[in-house]
Amino acid sequence: MYPDPAVARFITGQMEPVRVHVREQKDEYKRLSERYNVQWTPTILVLDPGGEERHRIEGFLPADEFLAQVALGLAKAAFHRQDYADAERRYREIVQRFPSTDPAPEGQYWAGVSKYKASGDAAALKETAAAFHERYQDTTWAKKASVWD
Amino acid sequence: MATTSSAIGWTHDFDPALTRARASQRAILLDFTAAPM
Repeated sequence: MYPDPAVARFITGQMEPVRVHVREQKDEYKRLSERYNVQWTPTILVLDPGGEERHRIEGFLPADEFLAQVALGLAKAAFHRQDYADAERRYREIVQRFPSTDPAPEGQYWAGVSKYKASGDAAALKETAAAFHERYQDTTWAKKASVWD
Repeated sequence: MATTSSAIGWTHDFDPALTRARASQRAILLDFTAAPM
């Protein structure tokens, strides 16, 4: 997934990429794997600028799925710092750029929540429930959004 | 991961990267790997 130019551009453009190797950096690997409770490779964490984990990817993924997961981590970080406008933009971008990936329905759900958190307008949740009638009907996220119908 | 080549400028020192991330408010991608370096 990393040799893919889109992955490299996406990561280098907005993140600090750090790699620790299970055999070649034994001490550092032990320290960090204990700190973040990592028990398998590859495990990829999206950390916020303070070093707090916001998203975890375990196992290899093809480029599109991987990029969507990293984007999901960045969106979660924005949501956690209560920058709901940025979070909504990032969640919607996942749906637009990676519509066939696993994070897309999750992005659609949380884009609606972010819009609601920013505006206080419950219409954002109703719109989100309606969107799940058009797309991603057979997902857990559609079930979660159905309460807003 | 089965691949080794990458255009990503990986660092292998976490603590300095965390300091840079705090200063720039950039997120960190932390990859625990067994792939050949």
